Amino acid sequence: MKIVVVGCGKIGRTIIKNLVTEGHDVVAIDYDPTVLDEVTNSYDVMGLVGNGADSDALKEAGVAEAELFLAVTNSDELNMLACFIARAMGAKHTIPRVRNPEYNDNSLEFMKQQLGFSASVNPEMITAREIYNIIKFPSAVNIETFARRQLEMVDFRLKDDSVLNGLTLAEMRKKFDAKILVCAVQRGEEFYIPDGNFVLKSGDKVGITASPAELNKLFRMLGVTQKRAHSVIIMGAGRISLYLAKMLVASGYEVKVIDHDRQRCEELNDFVPEAVTILGDGTSQDLLLEEGVDTTDVFVGLTGMDEENILTSCFAASQNVQKVITKVNRPELAAMAGKIGLECIVSPQHFVSEFLSKYARALRNSIGSNVETLYKLMDGKAEALEFSVNDNFKYIEIPLKDMHIKKDILIAGIIRGRKSIIPSGDDVIMAGDRVVVIAAGELLNDLSDIIR
Amino acid sequence: MNIRMIFNTLGRISIAEAILLLLPLLVCFIYGEATWFGFAVTAAIALVLGLLLCLCFRTKNSVIYAKEGFAIVGIVWVIMSLIGALPFTINKEIPNYIDALFETVSGFTTTGASILTDVEAMSHGGLFWRSFTHWIGGMGVLVFITAISPGASDRSSHILKAEMPGPIFGKLVPRLRDTAKILYLIYIVLTLLEIVLLKVFGMNWFESFVHSFGTAGTGGFGVKANSIGAYNPACQWIIAVFMLIFGVNFNLYYLVLIRRIKPALKSSELKVYLLIVAASTAIISVNVFSTLAATGGTVEETVRHSFFQVSSIMTTTGYSTTDFNLWPGLSKAIILTLMFIGGCAGSTAGGIKVSRVVILVKMIGKEFRRMLHPRSVASVKFEGKRLDETTTNNVGVYLAVYLACMVTAFLLISFEPFGFESNFTATVACFNNVGPGLAEVGPMGSYADYTGFSKLVLSFSMLLGRLEIFPLLLAISPSTWRR
Repeated sequence: MKIVVVGCGKIGRTIIKNLVTEGHDVVAIDYDPTVLDEVTNSYDVMGLVGNGADSDALKEAGVAEAELFLAVTNSDELNMLACFIARAMGAKHTIPRVRNPEYNDNSLEFMKQQLGFSASVNPEMITAREIYNIIKFPSAVNIETFARRQLEMVDFRLKDDSVLNGLTLAEMRKKFDAKILVCAVQRGEEFYIPDGNFVLKSGDKVGITASPAELNKLFRMLGVTQKRAHSVIIMGAGRISLYLAKMLVASGYEVKVIDHDRQRCEELNDFVPEAVTILGDGTSQDLLLEEGVDTTDVFVGLTGMDEENILTSCFAASQNVQKVITKVNRPELAAMAGKIGLECIVSPQHFVSEFLSKYARALRNSIGSNVETLYKLMDGKAEALEFSVNDNFKYIEIPLKDMHIKKDILIAGIIRGRKSIIPSGDDVIMAGDRVVVIAAGELLNDLSDIIR
Repeated sequence: MNIRMIFNTLGRISIAEAILLLLPLLVCFIYGEATWFGFAVTAAIALVLGLLLCLCFRTKNSVIYAKEGFAIVGIVWVIMSLIGALPFTINKEIPNYIDALFETVSGFTTTGASILTDVEAMSHGGLFWRSFTHWIGGMGVLVFITAISPGASDRSSHILKAEMPGPIFGKLVPRLRDTAKILYLIYIVLTLLEIVLLKVFGMNWFESFVHSFGTAGTGGFGVKANSIGAYNPACQWIIAVFMLIFGVNFNLYYLVLIRRIKPALKSSELKVYLLIVAASTAIISVNVFSTLAATGGTVEETVRHSFFQVSSIMTTTGYSTTDFNLWPGLSKAIILTLMFIGGCAGSTAGGIKVSRVVILVKMIGKEFRRMLHPRSVASVKFEGKRLDETTTNNVGVYLAVYLACMVTAFLLISFEPFGFESNFTATVACFNNVGPGLAEVGPMGSYADYTGFSKLVLSFSMLLGRLEIFPLLLAISPSTWRR
């Protein structure tokens, strides 16, 4: 599928990288030849120096044949204009990045219609929503939801004293009579889709799918603190913090935001008056202790500086904060931060490219089924996809054990109406179901791709 | 430095060469020649070597950077030539291995300089392989591998950049593999067209194949002692025109293919290229007319010979229909100048390349203007686009290194007893991948009398010229290999 991407910044590059791995033909446009040079040297794409809203440049990029047109420069207006022109020139789907909150209210719908966008992405909004999901479930490293929260997938790391250490999955299932499925394990650099004989070890990152109720049950039995978080400290009052604070306050959390910039603090206070806004240097240990970093449930490092986020997060972790979330933009630093023990590292470009990959995947193929949700798991080594099954799917009502499913692919859940099923070999897929599939090493476009 | 990846690529190339060697083997069988033995043995050696390299250097990490790209290209071309020279020695057609190596390097680099004194005594298989190396080397063997191998890594563009001639490397389509495929497709179609045309106008199948290979790669190995002079005027015209066609940037053919003819015709490189050919042909025609007329030559003959020689030398092919060594001084001077200029970037031709010459001239103009108006702001524009400092800088440095290497090579071989004209034109002709020079190494002469040392120097010059110097120099420079 041909995709044109305008803007090769941090987000642009991550998107390009993902799209190329997925096998799309990508043309990248940027006005800076140096940046473009780097992109074309690292990824198999065609680079074009120019302005993304210049019809000549777009013509040269072959926008008319493009299935998808993405504009992710740092200017909202340029993105929208580029998408509008691209659409007029024949691009099938256009998605601009629109981050200004003023455009992201009711006017967005109006602009979408008038300018013909298929969707729009707001990286800050997406990031805030993801962080919000993580906070709601503090014992997990990460949480993904499927089919409107009927099925959840959580990652958590096995601590040294965990009762699960040394158990095979079969034993675990017997011991805890919960309807859960261990669908992914990451041990060091290796990734596994485990079977019943797989032995869990301390330090493993384990991915489990189950319905929210069953998950709670499991966590209770495991003795993992399942205390709901109440207080959150957010470092930095940028746009992500703005959206995040709003969501948290609406769900009844106590929110404290620290920033050293008066104007940003005032902005946040106007937007979320219920949150406590503190003007001060968040890197000062005294201030953090004064504001109770040692008693808070959650700490989120969200300043614009990766280094600052990493260091303050390390400090918060040393104060026994239950859940520490760190925003790191630069992928190089994210890998390093993970090595020094920060568990929950988020980056906006990751979420945005996940969103767009899903969009592109859904565009490419929708014969038997549609990709409804897509998550990258375990540092991108595997994917969790949710498909909705329609009548054209050929393997309806065949027991899973007879379906010849490919290696490294696991059906992690079937959602039928209000019921979520953790499948065994005798379960079947029916029309109208939603199916959650875990796949390692293969890019699925369609549910039929899981069959050998 | 990703050494595993370098040797793995080397292994794959070796296997590819083994497969390519099957073609001359087939020719030997068709003509019932005993020389099949050499090709079979060499193919076996290449296959074993390739499999060994591939097995010993398997790697998951296929990430390569500019450094590895240069190293791969540099080493691959040397190894290919070393293997490709084996059949000639094994079959005792060229008993001396250094001679065989010179001939093979000359083939792969599309030079066409020969040490053979009697071409017509060679076997069909040997002649076919000699010309086929031109065809492989013309578009580049690594480009070919990129086109056919499914697992081309994202960063293979470093390899292609190092192998494709010209100052700017532009992709035609987003995917490198598709770009390489399109280039080869254009190359194959044009070659087939020439084969058919030559057959129709009087050559036999074998001759039309080898000459088309020689033309397509802008190489210049023939099968007759007097090159293309042995064939009828129609064939001479066809080859002259096709040489010109293969000297044009292949990207332009792609533009024509996707019906963007106007931008293709607007290319300033193409215009300058054609202008130089037309002007040179006109001057030489006038200059040599009196000489030819004395021996009863017609106007058509004069123009044909002039055009053929200009087209042949400008595209650095090196075919000839007449001995231009006997031409007056002015014509010889023009011929020598054309050797330096060469064809267009992104073609199979050698030389400095028209685009670099155009950029250099514009840089000179800009520098003059800056001297007169020290405060003026000026940039160099090429094909309607502003060139960034890195590109112009690179072109300037390229010229400097080019001259330095050429002078060094010239000094190294100047102990040879053949006089200044021979030695100088031999260096120029080899470095620019032309083939024939003047005097001793003229179109009717050969490189046979040079010593082994000089042949090695000239072989190295040919590789430098084909790979545009940097890949080879960087591949042998210790700082590339240091951790």
